[in-house]
Amino acid sequence: MKVKVLCRNPDDYVRETTRDIQRVPRNYDPTLHPFEVPREYTRALNATKLERVFAKPFVASLDGHRDGISCITKHAKSLSTIISGACDGEVKVWNLPRQECLRTVQAHEGFVRGICSRFCGTSFFTVGDDKTIKQWNWEAPGYGVREEPINTILGKAVFTGIDHHQREGTFVTCGQTVDIWDEQRSSPIRSFSWGVDSFSCVRYNPVETELLASCASDRSVVLYDTRESAPLRKVLPFMTNEITLCFSLYTYDIRHLDVPVTVHMDHVSAVLDVDYSPTGREFVSASFDKTIRIFPKDKGHSREVYHTKRMQHVICVRWSADNKYVLSGSDEMNIRLWKANASEKLGLLSAREKAATHYNKKLIEKFQHHPQVRRIARHRHLPGDILKQKRELREMREARRRKEQNVRKHSKPGSVPLLTEKEKHVVAVVE
Amino acid sequence: MQNENLVQISFFNQLMLVHPRKKQNERSEASVQVSEYFVNAEGTGDKVNLSDLLGTVEKTSGASNKTKKQLRNLQSSKETLELPLNKQQTEKIQRGIAYEKTTAEVSCWKNIILQNQKAEQMVFPLNQESSGPKRVEQVVAGWKVQTPLEQEIFRLLHGSRQPVNDPVLTPVEEQSLKAMSLEEAKIRRAELQKARALQSYYEAKAKREKKIKSKKYHKVQNKAKRKDFLKQFDEMVKTNPEGALEELKKMELSRMEERMSLKHQNSGKWAKSKAIMAKYDDSARKAMQEQLQMNKDLTQKMVVPSDDEHESIEEGLETVPDFVNDPETVIDPVNPWMRGQLTHEEPEVSCVTAEEVQTAEEENEEEEIIGEFERKRKLRQADEEDLIPTEEEQEEEDEEEDVSEFNTLFRLMRSEKTREGSNQTRGGLNTAGEEDEEGLLSEGQIRVRSIEDLEVLDEVVEPRAIEEPSAPQTAAAEATSEPPHKKKREINLKEVLTKEAKAVRLPFLPTVVDEEERDEQISIIKEAFAGDDVISDFIKDKSRQEAAGRPAVVDLTLPGWGEWGGVGLKPPRWKRKRFRIKTAPPPPRQDQKLPDVIISEKRTASVASHQVSQLPFPFQNTAQFESSIRTPIGSTWNTQTVVKNMTKPKVVTKLGAIIEPMVKEDFIKSYYTLVTLKKYCYISCLCSWYCGVAC
Repeated sequence: MKVKVLCRNPDDYVRETTRDIQRVPRNYDPTLHPFEVPREYTRALNATKLERVFAKPFVASLDGHRDGISCITKHAKSLSTIISGACDGEVKVWNLPRQECLRTVQAHEGFVRGICSRFCGTSFFTVGDDKTIKQWNWEAPGYGVREEPINTILGKAVFTGIDHHQREGTFVTCGQTVDIWDEQRSSPIRSFSWGVDSFSCVRYNPVETELLASCASDRSVVLYDTRESAPLRKVLPFMTNEITLCFSLYTYDIRHLDVPVTVHMDHVSAVLDVDYSPTGREFVSASFDKTIRIFPKDKGHSREVYHTKRMQHVICVRWSADNKYVLSGSDEMNIRLWKANASEKLGLLSAREKAATHYNKKLIEKFQHHPQVRRIARHRHLPGDILKQKRELREMREARRRKEQNVRKHSKPGSVPLLTEKEKHVVAVVE
Repeated sequence: MQNENLVQISFFNQLMLVHPRKKQNERSEASVQVSEYFVNAEGTGDKVNLSDLLGTVEKTSGASNKTKKQLRNLQSSKETLELPLNKQQTEKIQRGIAYEKTTAEVSCWKNIILQNQKAEQMVFPLNQESSGPKRVEQVVAGWKVQTPLEQEIFRLLHGSRQPVNDPVLTPVEEQSLKAMSLEEAKIRRAELQKARALQSYYEAKAKREKKIKSKKYHKVQNKAKRKDFLKQFDEMVKTNPEGALEELKKMELSRMEERMSLKHQNSGKWAKSKAIMAKYDDSARKAMQEQLQMNKDLTQKMVVPSDDEHESIEEGLETVPDFVNDPETVIDPVNPWMRGQLTHEEPEVSCVTAEEVQTAEEENEEEEIIGEFERKRKLRQADEEDLIPTEEEQEEEDEEEDVSEFNTLFRLMRSEKTREGSNQTRGGLNTAGEEDEEGLLSEGQIRVRSIEDLEVLDEVVEPRAIEEPSAPQTAAAEATSEPPHKKKREINLKEVLTKEAKAVRLPFLPTVVDEEERDEQISIIKEAFAGDDVISDFIKDKSRQEAAGRPAVVDLTLPGWGEWGGVGLKPPRWKRKRFRIKTAPPPPRQDQKLPDVIISEKRTASVASHQVSQLPFPFQNTAQFESSIRTPIGSTWNTQTVVKNMTKPKVVTKLGAIIEPMVKEDFIKSYYTLVTLKKYCYISCLCSWYCGVAC
């Protein structure tokens, strides 16, 4: 005789520990779970709302400087350490998790114009208004020992910016000219100049390490290759990801400089600093309009805007090397630490939490085009004056567009071409 | 040349004119400028013209014609050299060249960027070492032995020639890598795949056959198998004596087992019951006899059947004369005690012995049994088809394929047997059988190629059909002839329809019952709602709504405007035509073809605020967008792994890890090596797989 018995594997219904949730066997038959779209839509709406509810980006404020912050730099090897330079020539080393100043150095007389960390994380360089480049040790000197730079180079003109090579012992400064220095020498090994304008900022490309770009005071961006004797090319109108009078940022392709890849518009005042996220997908910009904004690299508008009542003109901004935080230094002597994703939960997440956040994110992404979801997801509070300026700008833009339309209507067909936003902004590329 | 001449001239002057006594070695270098105090050569300040020299060159015989010609050309040309470019222009050119170079250099990132953009998920920091378990070689590489125990272990490791450092492969693995090219590996893999597929197919078949409960069927099967085995063994004796020996050993083993067990003795429960029945029942007696026969067969000592095979083995060990074996090899075909022996002459014998006739009859019986099985199955299938006409075609096809394979196998057996029997052999059938054999290799498909073939198949089927002339079974008989048609069905849909139409002939009771029930229900409902006429109300309501949805004709005619007016005067036709405005008809209603449904097409404001009004950017049509929304991603509708896959974030960063910028050398190189690495992985996988298979 055959006896048939229902047999179940205890693994299917017994939980591993008593703290674990009860296992629920599921039947995925679609007829048992109807209305999947409306239910998911509701979930998406809730997720969007919760995202906004939990969006609390401000983490900490570091105060201690006695003048406006002029520059911030990350430590090359340590996530918890940053240095900031102020307008009174003071340089401070900060510990982020403890939110305290580790060390204060009176580095320069006048402004500290630029700071950069050496790639190995043993020393850092500062340039200031007193025409000097100083190299400092990361380690604080012992008790009672005076703070003194390892090395001081006296230049002929004021340096306005500095950046260090990614892997070699060379660095670049800008001022009257763009100079490339060897750490071992007291005179530049090469200097570039193109015209007589002065330069305000210079940066190495972190990946193509021999390439660098500088911003000049005649609104141009100049490209250099350290292996060549001459600069490569100059884009006259505005700068790569930098400011213009219409307060936009521009992303250029090095290979096609005649038209920007994207024009990022949202700021209502001059943009003062820009930093890319280490993943290269987004960048953060600091503006004179007292806000910082986060833009996706290929989108025309920002996905996030940060501001506080007390934050004044933001001078400098940096994205932390683990892609989690944004640091901003502003006029009113404070360094602020923000989350890069406003609603992200900090710290370790359990597997279930992680799964839930991923699901919520995906839901928001899936239903992002639905008007209610979009309305909630896009809503940001802005200070009144910025909002007013924004409206003004929009009106101006609209008026200009209308006028252009009228001109086009009343002139010979084809004589007033229809230009895209990108094409409007390029003046000339100088070879 | 010029200089030489010059030197010569000045030297000559000095010697001849000014200081004849001056010694030659006083001046080491000949120069016009050197003699500051006493030598003042003639013509020192003058320029030497080309024409001066040319005269002497013309005279000297040593100079080649070519140089003379060149010099003459030089003299005649009056042009000056071009000025070098100014600084700005040279710099511009330099910049242009440098820019081109940089552009080309930067472009080498294109592939990596594309790859990263398309990647479903990017995990930062890139190039991170995997956190999973590492290979021993990687761990050991950066580690040095210290204690004596470790040293000993290390020595042992080295002794086994296990690579510790960089070459991660063992010599054996390397050899295997060298031995097999990718192509070969692919071919081999394809072969193995095929073999596996075949194996699984046969397994499935065996399972299916095992499930058949009929004892008779199994008996027949076993008999056939045994026979087949014997035949094979005979062949094996000729072709592969070693294999035959092994088989022999196996047989010996089975004999031993049989001798040990009481399985086929008359002591079992079944046997006892049969023994009681044997008096009255012929079949029981037969069964008992069969069992005993089985026992005898199995306990019969095996005698090596062929001489040469025996020789080949014996000769190697010890020389025994042939005649020793002779008495044993003599086989009496009639003697039942010897029947278990390998009668290798049997198939070759052309004349029909009495026993063979008997076997042929038996075979016919078997054939009939098999045919019956087939018929029954067909019947059942037809029933099923009738009952569930909406069953999906695919399933049906699968079933039919199984059955048809089964059929082909049987037909194959049958054809073989008929050939053996050689009584009923027909040319057409034989060819069909051969075709079947070919078909078996290619998954048992038979294709009817011509009408003749079809006829042959009909002939085969007919005699059986005549035996039992009842209506359903003739239908079944037709069905048995179907398999070739069914194979066609995969291609031709019409065949399916005609076939189904045929199958409807059978009575189907359940549906009739269904209809009756429904009628009852309908009548009950009618009774219940006898008073109120819901249906007509509904129809009225629907027609009203339809009318409301239809665009009304706007009449703008003004009577009496431009013509006579008054009571009873209608506006003229042209006016009606011109001033009655018809709007375009609206799109057809959604419930147009649904008689018992009203679908409201009003746009509700509360829902509209939640609806997407425009097609969003990346989508090209509404269907695309709708399908993207329709697929649920939650765990309510999907399994855990699917949800995990679907909700995978695009960028993953590790908490507290510094994300360094890419290093060009690593990435560009690694990009190129990645391809080769993949190949390597593939091969190594294959190797390990092979090993598994071999083991």
